[in-house]
Amino acid sequence: MKPIRKIVDKVKPNFEKGGKLEKFYPAFNAFETFLFVPEHTTPSQGAHIRDAIDLKRTMILVVISMVPCLLFGMWNIGYQHYLALGISDATFMQQVGFGAIKVLPIVIVSYVTGLTVEFIFAIIRKHVINEGFLVTGMLIPLVMPVDVPLWMVSVSTIFAVIIGKEVFGGTGMNILNPALTARAFLFFAYPTKMSGNEVWINTSLKEGQQVVDGFSGATPLGNAAADLKENIPGVWESFVGFIPGSIGETSTLACLIGAAILLFTGIGSWRIMLSVFIGGYLMAIVLNLFGLNTLMQLSPVHHLVLGGFAFGAVFMATDPVTASHTNTGKYIYGFLIGLFAILIRVFNPAYPEGMMLAILFMNIMAPLIDHYVVQANINRRLKRIRIHDK
Amino acid sequence: MSTETVKAPVKVKVSGERLFSPKNKKLVTDPLNDSNPITVQVLGICSALAVTTKMEPSIVMAMAVVVVCAFSNLVISIIRNIIPNRIRIIVQLTVVASLVILVDQVLKAYVYDVSKQLSVFVGLIITNCIIMGRLEAFAMGNKPWPAFLDGVGNGIGYGLILVLVSAVRELLGSGELMGFRIVPDSFYKLGYFNNGLAILPPMALIVVGVFIWIQRTKNPKLVENN
Repeated sequence: MKPIRKIVDKVKPNFEKGGKLEKFYPAFNAFETFLFVPEHTTPSQGAHIRDAIDLKRTMILVVISMVPCLLFGMWNIGYQHYLALGISDATFMQQVGFGAIKVLPIVIVSYVTGLTVEFIFAIIRKHVINEGFLVTGMLIPLVMPVDVPLWMVSVSTIFAVIIGKEVFGGTGMNILNPALTARAFLFFAYPTKMSGNEVWINTSLKEGQQVVDGFSGATPLGNAAADLKENIPGVWESFVGFIPGSIGETSTLACLIGAAILLFTGIGSWRIMLSVFIGGYLMAIVLNLFGLNTLMQLSPVHHLVLGGFAFGAVFMATDPVTASHTNTGKYIYGFLIGLFAILIRVFNPAYPEGMMLAILFMNIMAPLIDHYVVQANINRRLKRIRIHDK
Repeated sequence: MSTETVKAPVKVKVSGERLFSPKNKKLVTDPLNDSNPITVQVLGICSALAVTTKMEPSIVMAMAVVVVCAFSNLVISIIRNIIPNRIRIIVQLTVVASLVILVDQVLKAYVYDVSKQLSVFVGLIITNCIIMGRLEAFAMGNKPWPAFLDGVGNGIGYGLILVLVSAVRELLGSGELMGFRIVPDSFYKLGYFNNGLAILPPMALIVVGVFIWIQRTKNPKLVENN
């Protein structure tokens, strides 16, 4: 690390006040604090929380917790590809390699465009660069289908960072989860590339290859919406994640590993995660009572392991900025996300993935929930005072 | 729609007999930027969202609003001293409604296709907050000529935003402007897709929002100090 420190120290005067690259100080500052823990600490006066962990370290931990999903996603992309082509002797490394070739460009495009926009905004607005995008940049590829064109990833990232975040004042001010904003943008702007049966499994053929008979490419939820009961994979298969879907969302197991990391480090809120699952579970039970079509008949556990439910619950719903801030509010917020996700999934066949819409909707409602929770607390205390007065 | 509170009538003195004195000119130019009905006063949003998927209908809509706004201002201003105060809204509505019917008939006669596309939104000009707002806030307290100019200015201010929003939406959503293909076919062959979100109403809201953002950045007068 020493040589890097030396280089940083050497170029630092250029960026400080009076230096010739003063304008780019936010960019420089971002790199410096990314590489080294900043020297300036919270002053002794004031009521700030003092903690060794700062925003950058927090964000990196979240990114680490997403790595299982990313790695599993890469393997699954390759696995599904070779399965679709009927090649059964593909080795593990071949599968991972194929997935990596498909996934890494999406990750790179997402990070490069997103960070470019962030840097431009930081320089124009003269604020330090916020670290939120480290997470967003990783979440965006994980919620994309493998066949999404790279320019669409780029456009949606720009949209998400500008309209989803910078408009409201940057990291910490946004109302909507930026990664989901990106996905929702793509979903409504380019539906042919974000939904249907064509995009979830890469079937690029070489000379002499062909897709196996009976291949449909539909996701389990797509099959369920189309009443194809026999095509829905079993609970265990879906839990581990051998199913088609967006890159990072298929494996509930990988999501739970991520959840464990988030909970162990105290970054993710267990209240939200738990209540999302409870909400989804209860809603699925209620719908089971009616059981009018395949989606309604799916068992509650099966609902929770299909699609992006677990991924959304662990990584999207727990976003500390857009979720409710009060503890009671978190229970309500999470519960309603789970409930709405299943509700949308079942009753709107055009949107088999209800999780995205449910979370975005509750993002908007979160301040309202907080308001009433706080208000209820104030009223309770007021009542107590009045009783004492008498 | 017109639930917004309306400010008390503003008196504008007409200096001398010149038709285009600086003050009168300001009546036309102010609504284009500093007090734009859509981006500053945030009135008439409903039709701005509904008709702006393509440029052609929004240009026609803009012209219709300019005409209605200008002439209703003129008529109301002429009879402003004989309108009983308690029934002024009814009188205003009657005038606006007659003008809207006229405009609707003209559109049906000359641009039938566009008139069909606009459907109810021509009729809904009656309830456009901009028109009622200008009648209450300006025409009721000013002489006919300034009132007419104010109507023209506000109509154009509204139409300007409408046309700009529709240009963005048509270009992104259909790859066309005024029905002419702008995005070349080679783009589509390379894998370019029209943006489906651009033809959905939310995109109009986002585009208007972006315009407000740009305008406020360029025009610091508009930014509140709080």
